[in-house]
Amino acid sequence: MTHLPYIAAAYGLTVLVIGGLVTSTWRRLRAARARLAALDPRK
Amino acid sequence: MKSSPTIAPRPGHILHRFANPGRFLRLASVVQPWLTGVTLVLVVIGLGWGLFIAPEDRFQHDAMRIIYVHVPAAWLASAGYFGLALCSALSLVWRHKLADLAAAEISPVGAAITTLALASGSIWGKPMWGAWWVWDARLTSVLVLFFLYLGHIALVRAFDDPERGQRAGAILALVGVVNLPIIKFSVDWWNTLHQPASITLTGASMDKGILWPLLISMLGFSLGFAALVMARLRAAVMEWRIRSLLLARTREHR
Repeated sequence: MTHLPYIAAAYGLTVLVIGGLVTSTWRRLRAARARLAALDPRK
Repeated sequence: MKSSPTIAPRPGHILHRFANPGRFLRLASVVQPWLTGVTLVLVVIGLGWGLFIAPEDRFQHDAMRIIYVHVPAAWLASAGYFGLALCSALSLVWRHKLADLAAAEISPVGAAITTLALASGSIWGKPMWGAWWVWDARLTSVLVLFFLYLGHIALVRAFDDPERGQRAGAILALVGVVNLPIIKFSVDWWNTLHQPASITLTGASMDKGILWPLLISMLGFSLGFAALVMARLRAAVMEWRIRSLLLARTREHR
């Protein structure tokens, strides 16, 4: 019996979860940095 | 001539010094790229080695390769909760704003990683046990951990006054710590379908060809967790500053 679909599913899910976390974090950080720079140019 | 007295810094003072949000932002902007870079290198080496080079298991064959994502995720689910509890304790004892913000940022990342641990375990369980899920002590206690994370996320955001939410969340996080030894020792205390620990303080019961990529993956995932929480905490500190600036401007215009 091949286990390839299970391995692919586990690694695919890892990429989805970690990728989702990284993307959402990066977008949030970029938005916060831009908003803070607009409000307080000294920062 | 009298020498000037030297006063040893108290632990609380050191914590206050490093918990300054401005200092944190400056330090984090330097550490973040290095942490992210080392994480990427370790994860690529660990997972690449595990998937393509490491030998397969005598009994589980190739399905064992799921270990390189499942074990780091499971380890971080517990370690992340320990971090959440630590921040909660700092928040309750010293009322650190940074500890409050860190706790609020750890719980969503911890919940996502716990989901990954549960789902990858389920995917591994199907070909090995013939079932996606069993009400085994280890699986159930990790499911409880997932609900604790969700409870913390909900509680922190449930109050109009953020401080009340953070305090309620901190109490829940500290109460939930009791679940960590249950997760750890569930495979020893009860007769479980989940296998006992393969890596202990005294050694590892697995081939070195499997152990090394696993340890590298675990280190990579751990640094990645820290990098993610740090980035989210930077965003949270900036958002807090934005709210403070807007509030100050509103007061000025009144």
